[in-house]
Amino acid sequence: MKAWKLPLRNLARKPGRTAALIALTAFLALSMFAGSVVALSLRRGMSSLENRLGADVIVVPVSAKSKVNLDEILLQGATGYFYMDAELLPQLAKESGVAQLSPQLFLASLRASCCSVAVQVIGIDQDTDFTVQPWISRSYAQRLGEMDVAVGSKISADVGENIILYETRCHVVARLETTGTAMDTCVYCSMETLRALLEAARGLNHDLKISGDPEEVVSAVYLKVQEGMDPQKVADSINLQRKFKKVQAVRTKSMFTGIADSLSGVSRTIGLLVVAVWALAVVLLLIAFLLSANERKREFAVLRLLGTSRRMLAGLMWRETALCSLMGGVLGVALAALILFPFAGLIEHSLGLPYLMPAAPTMALLAAASLAAAVLVGSLASAWATHRLSRVDPGTILREGN
Amino acid sequence: MNLRAEGVSKSYFRKTGEANFFVAVQRTDLTLEGGQVTVLMGRSGSGKTTLLHMLAGLLQPSEGKVFLENTDLYALEDQALSRLRNEKISVIPQSRSAIETLSVRENILLPATLYGHISGETERQAQAWMDRLGILPLADSRPRELSGGELRRMAIARALVSRPAVILADEPTGDLDDENTILVLDVLRESARAGAAVLLVTHENDALKYADVACRMDQGILRIC
Repeated sequence: MKAWKLPLRNLARKPGRTAALIALTAFLALSMFAGSVVALSLRRGMSSLENRLGADVIVVPVSAKSKVNLDEILLQGATGYFYMDAELLPQLAKESGVAQLSPQLFLASLRASCCSVAVQVIGIDQDTDFTVQPWISRSYAQRLGEMDVAVGSKISADVGENIILYETRCHVVARLETTGTAMDTCVYCSMETLRALLEAARGLNHDLKISGDPEEVVSAVYLKVQEGMDPQKVADSINLQRKFKKVQAVRTKSMFTGIADSLSGVSRTIGLLVVAVWALAVVLLLIAFLLSANERKREFAVLRLLGTSRRMLAGLMWRETALCSLMGGVLGVALAALILFPFAGLIEHSLGLPYLMPAAPTMALLAAASLAAAVLVGSLASAWATHRLSRVDPGTILREGN
Repeated sequence: MNLRAEGVSKSYFRKTGEANFFVAVQRTDLTLEGGQVTVLMGRSGSGKTTLLHMLAGLLQPSEGKVFLENTDLYALEDQALSRLRNEKISVIPQSRSAIETLSVRENILLPATLYGHISGETERQAQAWMDRLGILPLADSRPRELSGGELRRMAIARALVSRPAVILADEPTGDLDDENTILVLDVLRESARAGAAVLLVTHENDALKYADVACRMDQGILRIC
């Protein structure tokens, strides 16, 4: 037998104790890995949402607030539509501080025989768009043609397939990257395609409540303000002008406030839970190692008697603990992965917040960090117990058993 | 090689109602010469085991020094002292001293295992001592399957397998029947003849027949008989 096999023998001989230590460290690793992945996913979801909206101010009809809120459509995945006169566009473009603007047109498909899926359909002006186009271009480098649509990652349609919207066949040309936001449940097309769909919906007697010519309406106008300009001042200026009395300018940041508050609350709760779990587990580990070390003090005394130095004894104990913690860490991370990956949708749904899981390398780093932390905490707890015991005179311990 | 205690004593601080010092071993000089069996007798609690532990480098004396040849044991760092104990000084403790996770054979080879000294020769030595002490059929058994006497013989085999320069045996015949008592005393005598310095702490008057030097301990005071 080699000396390194001693820790293995000890672990195998006390399966109950070993299993308890593994379970404790698994609990540590699980809480750390799952907690950090959820917290990071929420942060990434928020950041992704900000990037995707990409505008400083959004102008919508005043009636939008009473019908379906814009943030419900863009942030929470609700479907809806509202329209305003497109004549406002040149006037908004002339507003002081506006650097760029682009209109969007909304239509909600129905869960009915006319449509294969009930989703929010968003028409973008491909000549001026600065919010959706950069995102689409990562999956589809060309312009969206007539009846072409790009679908969010949560729409169950693949590239090359057709989806039916108001009895109109639309060709899926791109499937967009996941953003972790409500945008993943939307369908995007050109302004022309959306106007054709509006006509189709009206043809099916679907009341869209459009006053005037459908060719002359938009749903929202996205504004980017000039460098150095305060978006709030630009929004306030629009809201105060009589010529814009039928619209309202909303600063996008204010749309995020509610989400940011919820996210901060959830993150804080997760953080507190992880800290509480760790504190509890560390105390339990300390007690477990101390009890185990006390139970084995005679064995330690015999090893000292046979010429094991304190350092060797600490090394033997460390290997035993590290093995246990490593097994527990791997188990904890694996269990967390089994919960996090298959149930990501459920987690996102129950949190009700933008949720974008980190990329594989970041996940691997988080898993490695959780493993390392579990091994480190286990090692420190056992080191403390071993240190206490190795200071006790072996002669006294051996005599105690007489 | 000799092991020498020079003016060693051991006092303990006891909290028995009123705090006080308890002197387990008074200032003592003792030399264990290589090739000799020194028998130390005395009543329970007279300080024999405390003296043995100080001689083994296991218990720091309150005063005085212990030398193995010219090496002051307690001037060594823990690592050096531990290694020296592993290679030169074997202790047969009075109480059970088996590692429960190991087989009898592995327990006997443990001192050599700790520092990677296992060789074919060590394994042959272990086999020979197990045979001699009558525990060879138990080589692959676990300590919990052994009787007190068998465990004692296992500890003796473990102490002898590395051919130490010093053997400190604390009541090595405590759990043994007459036949095995004689066997163990013979084995220790042979080890002394092979050059080891042997200290035999015992209650057995028969052990005196094996003594080159006999001592008695009474209330912490050592007297050479």
